[in-house]
Amino acid sequence: MTTKLMGTGVQRVEDQRFLRGLGRYADDVAVDASTLHCAVLRSPHAHARIVDIDVADVLDVDGVHAVWTYDDLTGPMADPLPLLIPHPALTHGRTQYALAKDEVNYMGEAIAFVVADDRYVAEDAVGRIKVTYDVLPPVVGIAAARAADRLVHDDVPGNVGARMEQNTGDVEAALAAAPHRLTLDLDVERSACMPLEGRGTVARWDPDIDRLQVWTSTQTSTGVRAVVAVKLGLDLRQVDVITPDVGGGFGVKINHPWPEELLVPLAARTLGRTVKFTEDRREHFISSAHERGQVQHIEVGFDDDGRLLALDVMFWHDHGAYTPYGLIVPIITSTQLLGPYKPDVYRVVFESLYTNTVMVTPYRGAGRPQGCYAMERTMDAIAAELGKDRTEVRATNFIQPDEFPFEQGLVFQDGRELTYDSGDYPASLEKIKALIGWDDFPAYRAEMAAQGRRVGIGLACYVEGTGVGPYEGAHVHVETSGKVKVATGLTTQGQGHATVFAQLVADELGCRFEDVEVVTGDTRRMPYAVGTFASRAAVMSGSAIHLAARKAKQKALTIAAEALEASPDDLQIVDGVVSVKGSPGSAIDLGTVAVLSNPLRYAFDEASKAATQFTVGDASKPPVAEDEEPGLEGTDFYSPERSTFASGMHAVIVETDPLTAEITVLKYAVVHDCGKLINPTIVEGQIHGGVAQGVGGALYERMVYDESGQLLNASFMDFLMPYVTEVPDGIDIDHLETPSPLNPLGIKGAGEAGVIPSAAVFASAIEDAEGLPITAMPISPSDLFHLRLAHAEETS
Amino acid sequence: MKPAPFDYVRPGSLADALAALSDDPGAKVLAGGQSLVPLLSMRLAAPSTLVDINGLPGLDGVEVTDDGVRVGALARHADVLAHDEAARVQPLLRLALSHVAHPTIRNRGTTVGSIVHADAAAEMPVVLTLLGGSVEVAGPSGTRTVPADELYVGPLESSLAHDEIATSAFFPALAPGARVAFAEIARRHGDYALVGAAALVEGGTVRVGYVSVNDVPVVVDLTGVPVEQMADAALAQLEPAGDIHATADYRAQLVRVLTERVVREATADE
Amino acid sequence: MSEALLDVRLSVNGVVHDLRLPARRLLSDALRHDLGLTGTHVGCEHGVCGACTVLADGRAVRACLMFAVSAVGLELTTVEGLADGDGTLSNVQQAFVECHGLQCGFCTPGFLTTITAGLRENPHPTHEEARDMIAGNLCRCTGYQNIVKAVERAAELGSHERAEGS
Repeated sequence: MTTKLMGTGVQRVEDQRFLRGLGRYADDVAVDASTLHCAVLRSPHAHARIVDIDVADVLDVDGVHAVWTYDDLTGPMADPLPLLIPHPALTHGRTQYALAKDEVNYMGEAIAFVVADDRYVAEDAVGRIKVTYDVLPPVVGIAAARAADRLVHDDVPGNVGARMEQNTGDVEAALAAAPHRLTLDLDVERSACMPLEGRGTVARWDPDIDRLQVWTSTQTSTGVRAVVAVKLGLDLRQVDVITPDVGGGFGVKINHPWPEELLVPLAARTLGRTVKFTEDRREHFISSAHERGQVQHIEVGFDDDGRLLALDVMFWHDHGAYTPYGLIVPIITSTQLLGPYKPDVYRVVFESLYTNTVMVTPYRGAGRPQGCYAMERTMDAIAAELGKDRTEVRATNFIQPDEFPFEQGLVFQDGRELTYDSGDYPASLEKIKALIGWDDFPAYRAEMAAQGRRVGIGLACYVEGTGVGPYEGAHVHVETSGKVKVATGLTTQGQGHATVFAQLVADELGCRFEDVEVVTGDTRRMPYAVGTFASRAAVMSGSAIHLAARKAKQKALTIAAEALEASPDDLQIVDGVVSVKGSPGSAIDLGTVAVLSNPLRYAFDEASKAATQFTVGDASKPPVAEDEEPGLEGTDFYSPERSTFASGMHAVIVETDPLTAEITVLKYAVVHDCGKLINPTIVEGQIHGGVAQGVGGALYERMVYDESGQLLNASFMDFLMPYVTEVPDGIDIDHLETPSPLNPLGIKGAGEAGVIPSAAVFASAIEDAEGLPITAMPISPSDLFHLRLAHAEETS
Repeated sequence: MKPAPFDYVRPGSLADALAALSDDPGAKVLAGGQSLVPLLSMRLAAPSTLVDINGLPGLDGVEVTDDGVRVGALARHADVLAHDEAARVQPLLRLALSHVAHPTIRNRGTTVGSIVHADAAAEMPVVLTLLGGSVEVAGPSGTRTVPADELYVGPLESSLAHDEIATSAFFPALAPGARVAFAEIARRHGDYALVGAAALVEGGTVRVGYVSVNDVPVVVDLTGVPVEQMADAALAQLEPAGDIHATADYRAQLVRVLTERVVREATADE
Repeated sequence: MSEALLDVRLSVNGVVHDLRLPARRLLSDALRHDLGLTGTHVGCEHGVCGACTVLADGRAVRACLMFAVSAVGLELTTVEGLADGDGTLSNVQQAFVECHGLQCGFCTPGFLTTITAGLRENPHPTHEEARDMIAGNLCRCTGYQNIVKAVERAAELGSHERAEGS
């Protein structure tokens, strides 16, 4: 009897390719001397009018095939790139052009596109383009955007792209009535996803079939397909988008289309050649996307127990030069800020602001880390004000297990009510306290203090809406060989989909795990899909695959029942063999069932002879029944009414050096509840990676812009992504499995959780170690050194 | 991020290499390339000719005598680091080299290349200066020895002429009874130091060299200064600057901490 | 005017290739685009991330910080050359499977080559040494936790092999 694979740490099947160097990422496609390569001229200025572009010298360069500027674009290609997610509050949404028209609004904005024999020559050619700029003063940073002395876009007053408010009652009255009140002013700086593989796109036009094939390193192949078709004036059926292996996404590759995702197909079609663009690291820094930058102002009213009576939040979100991804990030901040808590009254207002910097689109967590930071800093402040333990104040405010489904009274990023489906926050708190040693910490602190060492402990809690709609689909096909081919449309960037989805299919269909092959992100195989973001792949595609496998199974049972002259109810499928329960001799393998499922006129091998019209079937009935289709397949879609809410808590013990202000992580603990686990090993891997990114975001990474809008640290030398030496040596993880009632598997998303509480938990711990307020993250030793000086001055 | 075109020569003799440099005022020497190639790929440098000296015979040695350690121009950091005799004769080499970037970079990068690259944020220029070492230089009119204190003339600028090649660096042995110590603080392990300090305590003299503090490698004589006043005495002669990773004040604080740390280590009872 | 091409003989994974390349062709590009050995990945092209790490005469080096012409005479090993001729994964590769040492797989080849060289030099690393061995490579997915485990597991597999062989 096959045991269930759901819940087991099955080794990943995709690793075999990756470990042999046989992964195929975008730049590995079409490795051929005939493939043409591209380079992009990017604005060296943060804000400028383009007076003139002179490309005369470019075509003289040997090996250059073509150069495009805005003036060469026609039809839909000459329109601004799409605003993907419009919202009524986004009153002043702006998007860039594929190639800048008249004006550039960030350093790195694409101006000209060169196609040449190789990237070296393409870069030579870019260096020969002469652009005359009329340099304009830039708007850099939230303070400058708010001051609005200068405007990013002339027609956007105050640099305000959107102003949005949600509230659950009269917050001013509730604040006025509260026995205690506090105000906090907080800051979070920019970081970025920074996948090890940048963006990349390859396109090939096949004139023989009038069809375009595009390989792109994306988190949404169907999204790219739709927009390429529209922009190039092609029918959808003329465009295939194939997502090759993707070397990390973390959000940045959900935005689309990047200019190059349109220009490469355009060039391929125009030139009749295979064309490739591979973004380099510097380009990734200055022309992809960043996230996180916010300034927050919080007023909170609470009672003697620390219970939240009124929470009034105003924040300013830096969305950079353009808003292709709408208001998703600040909407998530504003709604997910509440975490596991239930303030009596909540009001949140945000302004989403333009600056002359790289645009902002979701980065793992997508606004949640900032929301968590605001809420958890507030919790710590309340505890400090009341002299209470930080865990006690949090426990006082938790939504209780018997209160689910819990309505927060807000509208979430998917336009649906913010209703938590399930959770058990008190249980999580007990687990995290035990895991980090919360109650023993005072003794530990004293012990360390005796050695002249300074330590602090911090805690942060979050709730994460995962598995947002609208839908995903799946196709499960049993071939006559017995191999099971599975396709789902969303994409994979390292999550192990080929493994976890195969686990689900093996469990539901009853085939052998080894016989399942999963394809993701290929529009030829599954043209209906949304994409991989918001920790949704397991929930959405996992559920769809489960349902599609069930359909295939039902069909297999029906066909086998006829062949075995048994009732479908008496059949079982184990290891790819359908048999009558209790009589193992009466059996038929799935491959044969597949043969029988497809009545044939022509036999092509021994097995298929069994399906020809003179050998099978009841001559009194049509070969394919009226309500049936040939083939042993199942297609199904999963579309939930709303998101499912995962949750968790992180705790950390840090040491701060009294002299050098260096910050060292001594212990990091995570309690995580993403409902039922499909593959615990993979879930833990996701948590590890999230925590490391969180450490980076809290202690090392920032985007350093100078006043003129130059990004000063656009390299791995100066943008300090953690090496192993900067991440905790060991992360203690404990799981809670509170099933989601919203999907057949009881699962919730897990991809982003590891990074959400980082800024909050480190701020909490450093504040605890230092005894001075931490209000701005990330924090470097240099920052901490100056905080100490300022604090000493204030308190002397 | 691809280099601009250049002519490439890989001479088989020092004479040919020098001739190639003389032939093209825009030529540059390629040894380990660990600093040069990124500059080329980012097109921050575009020499018209690269003279690849990796084929020159006899330059990859690490010779150790009682007088000191002579490191050939093609000896990789890793070779010097792993050289037990070198570490015995001049322990500061190993102490400092273990902080140079990461092992993979040390496998290709050369110690002499790092010294003539003249980056004040690199460890080995300061080590050479502190120890009073020298560089052997070959040029069109023969060879000469450049003492470390005449080597560094400005930020990323050495006193080598365009048509000269450093063929080796000489690190004097640690005198009997003398002591050294090295410490640095970097944002990430393996990054350029925010501040690094190397101490040499020898016959009553105390000298400390600093990495990433001034814009050239710098050594301060702290002989006779009480340990607790050394940091201030050093800072009086230093010009720590701010950058995106550390303010000038923070850098000064690290100078204080590391000065005391290395001096105490080099004077502690063994 | 066309760029001059040089004769470049590269020996990679035991196979000799004769190429005609411009002097400026980075070794990483020559491996990937001219030889089709796309397992060596390019993550930063300034020597920091380590994804392009290959072995040159057994030593780990950054392929993005070398020109192909400078690699003449070196015996190069890329990720494609790590498994046995019959396809059996090396101990380091096997350890990555067992420990879930990779996610997106992009940085992985650089880790595999680095660790392969590292374990040859130090077959029995302590935990601290195992961490140091990978300290020059960036990974954005795994948080390194399982890569460290894989180093330790590979060391374990290595000693088993030797024990059986002796």
